[in-house]
This record gives sequence, structure tokens and C-alpha cells, in this order.
Amino acid sequence: MEYALALLVLAALVTAFVAIPLRRDEAAADAAEADRRAELEAAKEAKYREIRDAELDFRMGKVSEADHRTTDRELRAQAITILERIDALGPEQAVEAR
Amino acid sequence: MAAVGSACLFVGLLTAVYAVGASLYGALSGRRRWVDSSRYAMYALAALLITAFGVLEVAYLTSDLSFRIVVQSSSADTPTFYKVTGMWSTQEGSLLLWVLLLSIFSAAVLRATRRTMRETVPYATAVLGGIAVFFLMLSVFAESPFTTFANPPAQGNGLNPLLRHPAMMIHPPMLYSGYVGFSIPFAFAIGALITRRTGADWIRATRRFALIAWTFLGFGIMLGALWSYSELGWGGYWAWDPVENASLMPWLIGTAFLHSVMVQEKRGMLKVWNVSLIIATFVLSLLGTFLVRSGILSSIHAFGASTLGAPFLAFIATVLVGSVVLVLVRLPSLRTEARLDSLLSRESIFVLNNLVLVSVCFVIFWGTFFPLISEALTGTESSVGPPWFNQYVTPLALVLVLLAGIGPTVAWRRATPANLRRSFLVPVAAAAATLVLLLALTPAAESVPSLIMFTLTGFVLAVVGQELWRGVGARRTMAGESPPVALVRLVGRNRRRYGGYTVHAGIALLFLGVAASSAFVDQRDVRLRPGQTSEVGDYEVTYREPTARFLDDESGTGAPITFGAVLDVRHLNGGERFTLNPARNYYAASEGGGPMGAFGRFFQGESTTEVDVRMGVRRDVWMAVQPDLRALIDPIKEANRRFADLPGDAQALVLAAIVERYRSDSPPATFRTLVSPMIAWIWIGGGVVLLGALLALWPTTGARERRVTSVYAARLGRELSRA
Repeated sequence: MEYALALLVLAALVTAFVAIPLRRDEAAADAAEADRRAELEAAKEAKYREIRDAELDFRMGKVSEADHRTTDRELRAQAITILERIDALGPEQAVEAR
Repeated sequence: MAAVGSACLFVGLLTAVYAVGASLYGALSGRRRWVDSSRYAMYALAALLITAFGVLEVAYLTSDLSFRIVVQSSSADTPTFYKVTGMWSTQEGSLLLWVLLLSIFSAAVLRATRRTMRETVPYATAVLGGIAVFFLMLSVFAESPFTTFANPPAQGNGLNPLLRHPAMMIHPPMLYSGYVGFSIPFAFAIGALITRRTGADWIRATRRFALIAWTFLGFGIMLGALWSYSELGWGGYWAWDPVENASLMPWLIGTAFLHSVMVQEKRGMLKVWNVSLIIATFVLSLLGTFLVRSGILSSIHAFGASTLGAPFLAFIATVLVGSVVLVLVRLPSLRTEARLDSLLSRESIFVLNNLVLVSVCFVIFWGTFFPLISEALTGTESSVGPPWFNQYVTPLALVLVLLAGIGPTVAWRRATPANLRRSFLVPVAAAAATLVLLLALTPAAESVPSLIMFTLTGFVLAVVGQELWRGVGARRTMAGESPPVALVRLVGRNRRRYGGYTVHAGIALLFLGVAASSAFVDQRDVRLRPGQTSEVGDYEVTYREPTARFLDDESGTGAPITFGAVLDVRHLNGGERFTLNPARNYYAASEGGGPMGAFGRFFQGESTTEVDVRMGVRRDVWMAVQPDLRALIDPIKEANRRFADLPGDAQALVLAAIVERYRSDSPPATFRTLVSPMIAWIWIGGGVVLLGALLALWPTTGARERRVTSVYAARLGRELSRA
């Protein structure tokens, strides 16, 4: 009896909880765009990290100046591409705190 | 309460099934709400399993003996710490722990990726849900932790005495966190393969989870080694035991994965390699769990056979075959985006590093499973012992440490010979100086592999030091900071890099301890009477007197009887003096007498060693004792004859008198003494590895701020200049 009752209560609670998203309107294009922006922001941060790493390697004498210039140019071009894709998503709305 | 726990498991199973279905439906139909609902289902699963876990812990803490699992592994007089942790010493409890950790990790990663990777996340959710379904089916239908007795017994069995050590009780959650943690990058790799989004997104999303898993698994392995050293009475920390190997293999492949994904992140290379590595890591994690829980291998860890063998094998086979087929089908989307620019590059070093790590894993795999395969084919038991493993693993370990020094000094893409000369000059000089000093001042040359390892340790530490030195110099040039500020900001803004270098330093120190303690240990097994003296290495050991304790559980082990010894130890050069107090605990066999009768049973149950160790950075002096109880046979027989029918309190007085006879009669005892040079550096090195991993995991302040608020797209130079 206790088991059946616990089963029913828990099942009801879980059902109510997982149904919350189903009661919302289907996500608008804005949400997809926000998700895409978040991905591009993550890619941008990763690219910035690469640029800084490459600069540090050069400053520490691990690569020649010529090689560093080539690498830096490539990485910055990749970063600018990402920035352009971010900008192409349109004016950004404020993103809620995570 | 058991009913609530059972209901949580069953509803959890249904919830996991729903999560799989909803995520797949949402992915295939493009209906985002169903994907979100599947994520909510994983949150709910975590809540249900936390509740189930809480129910069990309450049962343990209240010694509710209606729970079969509590009877198996606890009792009213079990110390509280071992009550709380005793759950996962059982089959049922450990399975619940596995799926609980999986649900928590899954909830965390799905929360973190709820706004990214729209195509990949649903399939990753389905994979995680599917893994949860498997483990919950085992829990619900085969090994439920909520099975109860209609008529509970009066006493529980208590925790296995061998497990009454803090390290041993923290060890399983650490290991399982590692195994479970690797399911996250595995699930996302599968999702990436299915959706053909095989770039670096899935790696970025799960890198931190992979590193957390690696850290937990490594920490768990270290705890197991520490437990072996301080509890098992043989004086070693690694026996190439099958279950030890089962935890090491996923850690090795996980190490290869963590290095290899950096190449994909930076260069878009090694995609096939990376998905293969994470599949292998996860399969080996499942295999590790299987080896412990199936009873297939006789090992101190395998606490009994179970019915889980066949389902586990089937699940592992399904995961492996399915993953391999998926990789083969998706090979076109795993094409490399760039070519190797030069063999003198960090990419090349990482590839070599990965080959060595995989080779070590292969050796261990073969040595672990060959006896099984051989027995299956020939019917004859066979075993592969430490000498075989050491023969093949030692040279590979030397190469690994060498690469741990070379890797940080070589640049990405291409390093010129001139740059390499400049980068290697100081570390090679340091290694050469180390070698010369060792040859001149120590007997290190007696073991060539150890000598090489010591030299390589010097090389790696010099590399790490040089990286810090030059990094500070570069920072001062760029930002004009003072050296202390430059150092703090250098490390703070390059945590992945310097966290990794710290890990490398820790690994070198750890291997230093392994090499020194393995090659130069002095061991002596000797039988002494009180007053007698023996020499071990540079120490003189004198057996001063025996000790005996009855119902005096100083160390919280729950042992009613403990026999030990006090030994005076003196360094032969005269300076160092200390005492050691090794002991042995005795637990009673079950009631009913047995061959030694009502009183003899107190000496016939499990017995465990309480070693005593004088730890030091230069050497440990380790000692264990095996008391000789033959002197007590006659008193025990006399007690059985005269006092077996006395009430319990009176019997306790008789037993106390028997125990006191051991101390007063001062029989001889056998002592094992080890003088192990630099063994403490294994634990120190492990601590440094942990520190490095935590440093690499720590999020940067700038990243945290950017997650909290978002600004309009900033221009490249302005954002970079904030670094």
C-alpha cells in the first residue's frame, strides 16, 4: 500500500515537472538565435585563448617571429569570422544571468 | 521507508525511459519543447535518486535492520563514518551510487548546455538516459537496495574489516565519479557523430567534465594505493591486481583523450582518434565496474560473485559495437581539417604521447585478461604477476615522463631547431647535473631504470620551472608588471596551460617515488621475542613489549581484540629515534562456536593489519606484525571447558583475561619491516597532480563575468587587450 502510494505521488510529481516545457509555446526563432549566439561566443572565447597562447609562446621564444606572424594572422582572421557571424545574428538582447 | 526508496527507483526508471524517448522525438521532429522536457526528466531523475540515496543513508544511520543491505554491511556498533559510507561496499549500494552520480553529472551538463548545441544535445541526452536505464533496470529487477526482511535479524554483520579505513571508503565514490564522468564526453561524442557536428563544439562543452572525471578517477586510484600501503600488511601500494588495473586503464586512455582533444580544438585534427579514445575510455570504465561487480576475477575487491555478469557484458558489447559502427559510418565527417605542419611540433608529441599511453593500456589489458581467456580456452588457471607488468610498463613509463618534459617546450604547428635548442638547453643541463650528482653521491646506478627516471624527473621539473620563468619574463615585457604580480597573472590567465604543467610536475614526482621505493627498498621479515633486536636497512629495531587491547577500539575499526607490539627504532648513525606500534585486529567468527569453541571464535574470524609507518620525505619505515597466538590455545581450551555457559558479561571478563595473557606471557611475534626510500613522493606527487587539475579546472574571472552579462559584440582588439 505504501509502495503504491509512493509510486503514484512520485509519478504525479515527475509528470507535472516534465510537462512544464510542453505547456510553453514552441520556442521562437529568438531562442534558436540566442543558442547560436551562445555557441559562437564560446567559440570566440576559445579563439581568443588560442591567440593569447600563441602570443605567449612567441614571447617565450618557442616559435620564430615569421611563424608567429603567420599563425597570429590566421587565428585573428578566424576570430574576425566568428565576430562577423555573431554580428550577423542581429542586435543582441540582454542575456539573463546564468 | 523502503517502499519510498523502491518507488523512487521504479519511477526513476520510467523517467529515464521517458527522457530517452522525449529527446529522440524532439530531435527527429524538431520540436524543441520535447527536448527541454527530456532535460527536465533528467533533472527529475537526479532528484529521485538523491531521495532514494537519502532513504538508504537514513536506514544506515538508524541501523534499520529491516533493510537487507544494512544487515550486510553495518551494525548498531559500526562507527558513524562507516555507517554513512558502508552502502557502497555492497553490490546494490554501489549500483545505486553509479546511477546517482550519472544522474547528477547528466543534470549538470544538460543544464550547462541548455542554450548550445541544439542538434547534438538531444542525442547526448538519449545516450545518458539509456545508460541510466541500464543501471536502473539492474537496480530495480536484480539488485535492489531496498529489499527488506519480514523478520529483521537482531544484529547486522558490520562492515568488512578490510574496508574500515577512511581511504577505502572514499575510494569508491571517487572511482565511480571518474567512471561516470567519462560518460558525459562519450554521450556528446555519440551525439556529435549522429548529427555530423564533429567539430570542436562537443569537446568544448564537455572538456571540463572529462577533466573532472580524470581527476576523480586519479584521486580514487591514489586512495586505493594508499589504502593498500597502509592497510593490507604486505608493504606495497600497487600489485597489478586485476581490479587495480581495471581502474588504471580508463585513466590512461582518458589522459590520452585530454591531450588529444587539444589538437582537435586548435587544429581540427585527430577527430577519429578523439572519438575512438573517448569510446574506449567509457567502455573501459564500464569494464572496470563489471570486473568489480561480476565476481569474474578473484581479487580482494571482488566481494562475491553476482548475477550481473551477463547483463553487463551484453551492455558493454552493445555500447562498443554500436559506437564502432557509428564511427565507421561517419568517417567522412571526421576528416581532418589541417595537416601536420612539422614533426617538430606539439601535435606530433601529443600523437606520440597517445601511442605510448595506449600501449601501456594494451599491456595492462593483456596482462589482466589473458588469464581469463587462457582459463576459458584451456581450463587451466594462470596468472600474470608484477614482474611481467613491470617488464613492459617500466620502459613505456620512462618514455611518458620524457614526453611530459618535451611536450611543454615544443610549440604548436612548428618548432625550429634553433628554438628547440634554446628551449632544451637549461632542462637538459639540469638533467645532466642531476645524473652526475646521482652517480657521485648515491647508489642510484644500481638500478638503471630508476637512475633514468630520476634524471627525467630533473628534466621535467626544470622544464616546468623554465616555463614559469620565461612566462613571467614575457608577461613583464608585455605588461610591465613586477615579478610576483607577473607570476600570479601569468598563471591566473593561463590556468589550463599552467595547470597542465603542474600536473606534469606531479607525475614526475610520483614516478620518482615509485622508482626509488621499488628499486631501493630494504625489507626484512623476522621473528622476535621481546628484547630482541634486528637490523633493516640503516635502522635497528628492538621489540620492546607486546600490547593487548580488549573492547578498546582506539582506531575506530570495531575490532573487539587487538594484539600489537611496541618497537624502538634507531637509525644506525645514531640521530633518529622513534617508536612504532603495529597491531593486528581480530574479529569474532559468527556465533555457534566452531572448532575453537565459544571463546576461540573471537580469534577465528577476520583479522586485519594495523601497520605503523614513520613517514618522511627521504624514507618511510613501515612495519606490520603477525602475533603468535599459539600461546593462547591452552587458556582458550580451558575457558571453553569451564566458562562456556556463563552469561555474556561474565564471558567478557574471561575473554579479557585471555587477551591479557598475551601481553603478560610476551610470546614472540613475526614482524615485516620495510625501509622504503622516497615513497612519500608518490603521495606528494599525487597531491601536486590534484592541485594542477584543480588549477586547470578553475574558471577564469573574465569568463564568469561574460557569462553573467552580455555586451554587444566587442571588437577583437579591445577584448583581447583586456587580457
